[in-house]
Amino acid sequence: MLVRLLNTLLMIVVALSITGVINRTRALLAGRKGIRFFQHVYNVRLLLRKGAVYSPTTTVLFRIAPCVYLGAAIIAFLFIPIADLEPVLSFHGDIILVAYLLALSRIAIVLAALDTGSSFEGMGAAREALYGALVEPALMMGLATFALFCGYSSFADIFSTAQEMNTNLTIVMLLLAYVFLIIMIIESGRVPVDDPRTHLELTMIHEVMCLDYSGIDLAMINIAGWLKNAIWAVIAANAVSVVMCFHWEFATPLAIFGTGITIGAIESLRARNKLSRNITYILTIVAMSALVLLTGFLLYQNIDI
Amino acid sequence: MKLYHITNNTASAVAISDIPEVDYMELYRDLEERMTSESYHVAHYFATEIDRGLKFYIILLNDESSEVLISSFVPDYYAEGLASLTAIHAQFHPFEREINELYGVPFHNHPWMKPLRFSHDRRNKLSTMDTYPFYTIEGDELHEVNVGPIHAGIIEPGAFRFICNGEQVLHLEIALGYQHRGVEGEMIRDDNRLRQTLIAESVAGDTAVGHATAYAELVEKLSDKVVDQNLKLERMIAIELERIAMHIADTGALGTDIGFQLYQVACEALRTVTINTTQAWCGNRFGKSLIRAFGTNHPLTEAKCELIRKNIADVRRRYEELRSDILDDHTLLARFEQCGLVPRAEMQRIGGVGQAARASGLKRDIRATHPSGYFATEHSHEPIVKHDGDVMSRLSVRLDEVLQSADYVLQALAEYKPSGRLSAPDYEAKLQPESLSFSLVEAWRGEICHVALTDKEGRIVKYKIKDPSLHNWLGLAIAVRSEGISDFPINNKSFNLSYCGHDL
Repeated sequence: MLVRLLNTLLMIVVALSITGVINRTRALLAGRKGIRFFQHVYNVRLLLRKGAVYSPTTTVLFRIAPCVYLGAAIIAFLFIPIADLEPVLSFHGDIILVAYLLALSRIAIVLAALDTGSSFEGMGAAREALYGALVEPALMMGLATFALFCGYSSFADIFSTAQEMNTNLTIVMLLLAYVFLIIMIIESGRVPVDDPRTHLELTMIHEVMCLDYSGIDLAMINIAGWLKNAIWAVIAANAVSVVMCFHWEFATPLAIFGTGITIGAIESLRARNKLSRNITYILTIVAMSALVLLTGFLLYQNIDI
Repeated sequence: MKLYHITNNTASAVAISDIPEVDYMELYRDLEERMTSESYHVAHYFATEIDRGLKFYIILLNDESSEVLISSFVPDYYAEGLASLTAIHAQFHPFEREINELYGVPFHNHPWMKPLRFSHDRRNKLSTMDTYPFYTIEGDELHEVNVGPIHAGIIEPGAFRFICNGEQVLHLEIALGYQHRGVEGEMIRDDNRLRQTLIAESVAGDTAVGHATAYAELVEKLSDKVVDQNLKLERMIAIELERIAMHIADTGALGTDIGFQLYQVACEALRTVTINTTQAWCGNRFGKSLIRAFGTNHPLTEAKCELIRKNIADVRRRYEELRSDILDDHTLLARFEQCGLVPRAEMQRIGGVGQAARASGLKRDIRATHPSGYFATEHSHEPIVKHDGDVMSRLSVRLDEVLQSADYVLQALAEYKPSGRLSAPDYEAKLQPESLSFSLVEAWRGEICHVALTDKEGRIVKYKIKDPSLHNWLGLAIAVRSEGISDFPINNKSFNLSYCGHDL
């Protein structure tokens, strides 16, 4: 029980810290001091104290979407173990549930964006739906690779048996970590796919869908965003710690700083993709994921390559 | 029959009686032929009320021979409109739209007659922004996206209406006029020339030095007072400092729009150094109060020269480093290259000017083609021309011009001997009566043209201002055709046109 509690607490720490690390990395690279580490949390606290404003063209769909978005993220969040710890929830096949809970949250927010009738939000919804559909094969093949090695289909079992894997899986695990890191970038709308800081409605993807939200609804969407980040970051960190050091003491800081610093550095050091190039970018990750699955399969069958 | 009075940008003002008053159709036929040549473009075309009706003035520039051609005509009071010049040469479109809006003159066969800026003194008060006739295309698979007039971020108001097929832009229409302040009317409200100078400085906030220089030169041409050579040199330094600052700011703004943080902050830091240098000189970061007719309130001293020299040399060195990093970065090139193409022929057709025209291969730069002040006598200027006409070209014109302008400033400072004898500004000088005076200045965005007419007592009774944005807004609309709608912001930044300079 205590282990599960520790796992949940650490997951929350990861969720709250990643954005801070990203902001701090960006600030340091730009030669600035940067905002407070937990400024994003204070911002959300401020939003939580505010009421929400609704456009008269929206329907009930628009109002329930943030709850679905956050609810799905919270449930998915509870399935993820940090390295050798145990998650709160776990059953056979939960990797499929997690994947589709996240898809459900995407559907909710896409429908809400369409519900506003705004042309910007319609564009954002179209982009989000397209990228979501494209990234799904990468996600499923990545999860399939885990399942293949362990013979299990729940996150808890996968990672608890992973430590017994033999060492020639190193390359597969590192590639999986990379795949999940990129999935995190795509899902959370970060450079090079999207730019959370842009003020330009025409180029936004995720942000444009939330333009009509305010107050508590916006806070829920932001919190859900942190939880999703934590899910991807921890899966990527677990994959690395399988081959290096399978302990939560190692995986937690890795999830926070590994992803935070990488994303902060990417956002500082490169330009965003042209929007039409994002499709190629995402398909590259799908291809990589397929390659990982294939390599994993060959290794698993002990075929000498 | 002589159709034009031929002068140039350094000659003094022209007596109105010297400008031939011609038959419109004759002028029309001549323009039809003449404007096909690439060396000509229209600098100004406007109408003014006289007792016989409306008198039209047209000012053409010949970039090859540095000649300025001025013609005028007074159509018959009962004539029903004029044949449209836009129909044969698109570059006349903003001018004909303006004349039509102000005086209701119909232009036959004008392909795109729409209100230009909804000025307060427009003829048809029923035509308002709310009834702007946006272009539409029918089709189930098309959708319209309206951006503005109020935008997120710190930009001025303007409505952009996109017609898109999915992510692809089929057509962009830009409706402006939200910033109309009646500047041209304010300029002639009374004869207070200090007030006029201050208004000229605020025509476009980012081109304070450019417009103030245009005003000062225009007034000086109307007088026979000799302008000190050192004053010309100081003005040149001021306008090049403005160019450096604005080009660096635009380079950085392009970085912001592609989410490239390091490149953005590096430019912001350099721009601050540059505008702070201007502030150290005259007390204002944008160079307001720096340019005055016949004199200056802020003559350069040894100490100020040294400060400018030190700062600009430093900015130049750091910007050159940044420039080579920009040209090496593949993620940035992937965004900017082959994006927002405006081919040379198209740019010529719409009469594009300034750095946008130079990025499309047109060698239009007033400093080279119609030099005045320092560039007319002391120094020859070689314009920087790129040929691709894409966002990258517009960026690389900026990258190179910053270095070139910094060199000019350093060179001018090396030659400069502060004499301490520069006169104070003169707001009372007697102006030549019944004349037309114009000034052409290459500001950072492009060619600024101010025109004034004086009455019998030498008072300015008509003042027309043309900011380069007036020509180039159409260039932006053409650039985004068939591009992805998400590439509009970088195209917009690569032109960085003025809303208030257009709306006046």
